[in-house]
Amino acid sequence: MYGALWRVLPGPWWVRVVILLVAVAAILTACVFWVFPWVDTLVAPQDVTVDG
Amino acid sequence: MTDRVSRRRPRRRVTVVGVLGELLITAGLLVLAFLGYQVWLGDVIVGGQLNGEAAEQSQEWGAEYSDVPPSEAGDPELSEAPPVGVAPANAQRFANLIIPRFGGDYYRPIAEGVGTTDVLNKGNIGHYPTTQMPGALGNFALASHRSSGGGNFHDLHQLHVGDHIYVETPDGWYQYSFRNLEYVRPTGVGVLDPVPQADGVAATERVITLTTCNPFFSTAERIIAYGVYDSFYPRAGGVPAEIASNVLGAG
Repeated sequence: MYGALWRVLPGPWWVRVVILLVAVAAILTACVFWVFPWVDTLVAPQDVTVDG
Repeated sequence: MTDRVSRRRPRRRVTVVGVLGELLITAGLLVLAFLGYQVWLGDVIVGGQLNGEAAEQSQEWGAEYSDVPPSEAGDPELSEAPPVGVAPANAQRFANLIIPRFGGDYYRPIAEGVGTTDVLNKGNIGHYPTTQMPGALGNFALASHRSSGGGNFHDLHQLHVGDHIYVETPDGWYQYSFRNLEYVRPTGVGVLDPVPQADGVAATERVITLTTCNPFFSTAERIIAYGVYDSFYPRAGGVPAEIASNVLGAG
């Protein structure tokens, strides 16, 4: 899968590396600001109050 | 002299197992990243946003007092009977919490109510509506997340006896001193009594009660921190010197 991705990317090796780094950064940013906060509300303890 | 083509590794065929393996490795890395987010980065990001929001609110409240220098002591005349605010509508922010032990930038908004989605998950510290307002005789009880949503009460277990806890309202700053920790069951509503754990006793003191879950990432117990009221700093007298960096910013 990643081998195929590497082969379809254009340009010399360093251009491909730059493209991949930008893609990884974009994916991580989306995760940190949108995906992870949403997942957090599903898995983190929600119940912090005392009640009867 | 070797032939360039013969040195290249033979291209591996794409197989179902190979793709599956790569997908699983990717998923593992994403889970690892999420764990990093949950135990550390998330609270750094959200906490920073909350610090900024509290500072903005404080500037609004103190616009007319912006040139008053930090003060060294509370107003002795007011320290016996400080002003008491009126509880706002549910989910509305009305105060800020400042605990120097939690860092020189720790500055978090307090909103009315302890609803999970409308108050706590928005990063607020929630005020139990059945308890008193700051300055009133009795108990000013708060709840917030231990981790996630800014992790406002992440370090509750690290308070030392005598550590100051400040509550900021439009009127000024209420200073409390941390007294003790208590661990209770999730049903331990006695911590919210006007005199904590003394049901039906009339309050003669002003206390603050902070509640959150314990241990980390569990809801098995609640950790409770109590503080007792010391004094009041009216806004016109300037920011208490101890929290000048929190309120005015490190610059």
